[in-house]
Amino acid sequence: MLFILLGVLLLHLVILILLIVSTAASAWSVGGNKSKDLWFDCLTTSGTYQCKHASNEEWIQAVQALMILSCIFCFCALIAFLYQLFRMVKGGQFFFTAIFQILASVFVMCGAIIYTVMRPDDATITHFGYAYVLAWVAFPLCLISGLIYIVLRKTE
Amino acid sequence: SLTINAHVMAQQCQAIVIYTGWERHALVGSDIRLSCSFFSWRWTSEEVTFSWTYRPDGSRDSISIFHYTGGEAYLDNKGPFKDRLEFVGNPGRRDGSILIKNLDFNDNGTFTCDAKNPPDIVGRPSSVRLLVFEKVPIQAGVITGAIIGVVLGLLVLVVVIYYLMRFLVARRVFSLNVRSVSGPAALCRWAFRQGLELRPEPIPGTDTCVAKLA
Repeated sequence: MLFILLGVLLLHLVILILLIVSTAASAWSVGGNKSKDLWFDCLTTSGTYQCKHASNEEWIQAVQALMILSCIFCFCALIAFLYQLFRMVKGGQFFFTAIFQILASVFVMCGAIIYTVMRPDDATITHFGYAYVLAWVAFPLCLISGLIYIVLRKTE
Repeated sequence: SLTINAHVMAQQCQAIVIYTGWERHALVGSDIRLSCSFFSWRWTSEEVTFSWTYRPDGSRDSISIFHYTGGEAYLDNKGPFKDRLEFVGNPGRRDGSILIKNLDFNDNGTFTCDAKNPPDIVGRPSSVRLLVFEKVPIQAGVITGAIIGVVLGLLVLVVVIYYLMRFLVARRVFSLNVRSVSGPAALCRWAFRQGLELRPEPIPGTDTCVAKLA
């Protein structure tokens, strides 16, 4: 039981770190020495960064909001998990934790899908950056974690 | 010489001051009202004049598009604002505002208003800059904050409703302490008819009966 608990907690922490890095790093699209979205549009030239703010369009702001919400909900799920771990009666389900975790995964999915669809065609951008990949990796992990919390019951 | 100096200074105090906006933003296809008014120490004369000139962005030439004099308003009938101008001011109230209809991107530029109130004619014309947008640009973070606020607000609302329902359901037991003229048994019969599930008999030795929600 203890190993399962530790494993689930470790998975949750990994997901939280993935989400935070994906949200904070401005590397959803890269091309050459240009890296942009969600927050900055940066050009790296021989050791110097030239950054300007990402565009104000509605879809970028929506992706920003969804990624921030997913981080918040994943964090709340962690708090709820620790709380329910120590305060819940034996045999109870981790209800709130599962709800928050599944909502977080839905938000990441929505954010990643909106970004994929609405990304403008730009000749200087060649491929997706690591922050984008992390978002897509975090989504199924978060979903699986939420489903684990649904079936997990407190024993001992 | 003292009186001459006072006379000169009085004339300088009487310079006319013209007010317009600083910058105006508008959407393509919409109408915009450019306001112009002035301050003058003299009464509004009957020969008050207003004139508007337009200088497109990136150009050095300005053209005259509006002139009000002798009680008549003369609008542009050859230039870029042909059939699009309307005089909506009130010269008696020192208001020389004009209305431009159906804006286009070519209308970006600087509009200058010059007003004269004889004999008060010394003054500096005032300019207002017009910016025409396809759609009003939205500020960074407005939509982000709105989405986050709404979702968190809904979350708080759901949690509050959940705990409220739990609290209300827990309060199922309450007791009636009444002194009735007809006696406790009649009261319990009345309560039973109201649909409240009762204990079989009132508590002996007291005037109370306990009613429990079904």
